[in-house]
Amino acid sequence: MGFGSIPSWEIMNYFPEEVVEHVFGFVSSHKDRNAISLVCKSWHRIERNSRASVLVANCYSITPDRVICRFPALRSLTLKGKPHFADFNLVPNDWGGHVYPWIDALARGRVNLEDLRLKRMVVTDQGLDLISKAFGNFKSLVLVSCDGFSTDGLAAIAANCRHLRELDLQESEVEDHRGQWLSCFPESCTSLVTLNFACLKGDVSLAALERLIARSPNLRSLRMNQSVPAKALERILASSPRLLDLGIGSFLHDPDVESFTKLQDRIQRCNSIRSLSGFLEVNPLCLPAIHPICSNLTYLNLSYAAMIHGSELIKIIRNCNKLEKLWILDNIGDSGLGIVASCCKELQELRVFPSDPDGFGTGVTEEGLVAISIGCPKLNSILYFCQQMTNAALITVAKNSPNFIRFRLCILDPTKPDAVTMEPLDEGFGAIVRSCRNIRRLSLSGLLTDKVFFYIGMYAENVEMLSVAFAGDSDKAMVSILNGCKKLRKLEIMDSPFGDSALLTGVRKYETMRSLWMSSCDVTLAGCKALAREMPRLNVEIIHEDPHRMEGDDSDGHKVEKMFLYRSLVGPRSDAPEFVSTL
Amino acid sequence: MGSYDKDLNLEATELRLGLPGTDQPEPTTNIIIHSNNKRSIHQTKEEDQEGASKVAASKAQIVGWPPIRSFRKNSVQPKKDRAGTEADVSGIYVKVSMDGAPYLRKIDLNSYKGYDQLLVAIQSMFRITIGRYSEREGYSGSEHAPTYEDKDGDWMLVGDVPWEMFTTTCKRLRIMKGSEARGLGCGV
Repeated sequence: MGFGSIPSWEIMNYFPEEVVEHVFGFVSSHKDRNAISLVCKSWHRIERNSRASVLVANCYSITPDRVICRFPALRSLTLKGKPHFADFNLVPNDWGGHVYPWIDALARGRVNLEDLRLKRMVVTDQGLDLISKAFGNFKSLVLVSCDGFSTDGLAAIAANCRHLRELDLQESEVEDHRGQWLSCFPESCTSLVTLNFACLKGDVSLAALERLIARSPNLRSLRMNQSVPAKALERILASSPRLLDLGIGSFLHDPDVESFTKLQDRIQRCNSIRSLSGFLEVNPLCLPAIHPICSNLTYLNLSYAAMIHGSELIKIIRNCNKLEKLWILDNIGDSGLGIVASCCKELQELRVFPSDPDGFGTGVTEEGLVAISIGCPKLNSILYFCQQMTNAALITVAKNSPNFIRFRLCILDPTKPDAVTMEPLDEGFGAIVRSCRNIRRLSLSGLLTDKVFFYIGMYAENVEMLSVAFAGDSDKAMVSILNGCKKLRKLEIMDSPFGDSALLTGVRKYETMRSLWMSSCDVTLAGCKALAREMPRLNVEIIHEDPHRMEGDDSDGHKVEKMFLYRSLVGPRSDAPEFVSTL
Repeated sequence: MGSYDKDLNLEATELRLGLPGTDQPEPTTNIIIHSNNKRSIHQTKEEDQEGASKVAASKAQIVGWPPIRSFRKNSVQPKKDRAGTEADVSGIYVKVSMDGAPYLRKIDLNSYKGYDQLLVAIQSMFRITIGRYSEREGYSGSEHAPTYEDKDGDWMLVGDVPWEMFTTTCKRLRIMKGSEARGLGCGV
């Protein structure tokens, strides 16, 4: 479509820049903004001058100064640090991912930072203190799976960020100095919208919390830790009547006393709550108190609630018929999942975590997964830790649920074959990728040969992140992936027999990807060196297991225990510890 | 490998040094062999003493597997097997009787973290006061004393042993009243 003979793509050039910029303002996704900036020089210029929100998915791919330089209007920054497998203890603690240099650069550059979102990064109290003092308009701090800081750093944020709206510590490791960080919010701070301290291990000042909540009329999300007693809940809920998201740390109460009845009444009146989580400790006899609000819930996370099981758990589920997202422990069992399938027809995302990571206990099997796929037509995302799986079940699931975007299966015994036929699970996963063409994230487990990788390479056109463990027989498997999956961005492989030949097949591909992780595979130092030589814009990092082993001791034929490579515009990082060498 | 071990239940017949209810910490091996991966067994001193059977008895502990965030792993404590039984997923329900009460109650010992919470619950359930515990005097300050029958069939005073040991050895509870109660805790 265009005006007469002028092609549509040139029309934009007839508008003044301010108009073009205004149009760009409606485009928020990082992917789209990146695409816009590639169209032509003037669009690149307009886009970069107006971009407020930047995502740096690998903090070592670029330096802070270059980001600040390119995006003068920067207000919101998202950074990710350590490789994904760091979550599972595969990356030593001091590997890197330090955010301080970024905060320092942003402060020196006088950036008007309002939002900082960090994932798997090392934050320090010094960094938090600097944030609180350098950015007068700072509004939002979200730390997912971060570590390296203490409640002293939180105290600085609380005390100095006058316009703070969001403080969200998701599953971060925080050193708890049991200080009075909550009391550090000044009386003048009334802007809080989100407060999530569920991951803190220590006590918080209850009085300070109650006062803070009472003066935060915009509070919509509150997730508390175990130290907040159930007895305080009544007052807290009374002060925050418009809460959308509630995380209860401790629900230990005595159902026989009057104060519990009061709490029950209060909970019943919380009509706005759509999301519920926590319950790290709970008296199951008190659970009926939450039944009345279950029918409003779209998100229920009981994956930390080890004390809720059996009939109490089922009673809760039965009430949740609007649920879209459910995170649960595997003690729900296959029969419990059957009940989810019959009650939660709006379910889109299900995550089933193991209640015993060592694998004792009964957990869930392929039956539960099949039941969910039959009963929940909107299912598109699954993370399923189970005792066993079969090809037949996966084939059935593939037929019933073609809309998967995320499919992550984790059989607790990682090389377990089909529980009925004892065959590899190649055909089952093959059916999944053949049927679910929109899969973006895929994790495999169970006994798997090269065949499954052939299927993935052939059919999984949209897969962006692939996680492999204990799978495949030869290099052919990895080659299938590298040749096939055009949209692959992150590939992580552990304990699989892939060597240098497979690694070097991907030589051209790695620059189109964000990163590759290989641990306990068959790649050697020679192979990694060859790759590094050919691709100067890749950082090929070798993480040495034994910190005392000097590089000279390794012959090139030596197998590399852990390798992490990523594309970078700025060469090897300067903060790599002793045990990491960049080739 | 997995199901074979479960059937044998080697842990139930294992002799251990340690109080019942305390679990020996898993030997901090790095990796244990799996059929078709390349990693080899690193045996610690502890394992050498107990021999290969211990290695076989415990489920393979592989660094990085299962892929759960360490934060989550540390938060959700797995229910360890109690000797001879499968992990009791539905809790440890024991009967609670009180002298003079018309019927018994049942409580789940798993829903309490320690003696304090248990006693709060019992006092509220039966509308009584139990008083304060001391090693010398037992329960002073009231007419009642909480007792329990242990695995050997003996009647013990609640509170003497560590909580974990209590929950694994307690078969039923009885709230004693009056003179019988006062007899407990006094030195013979």
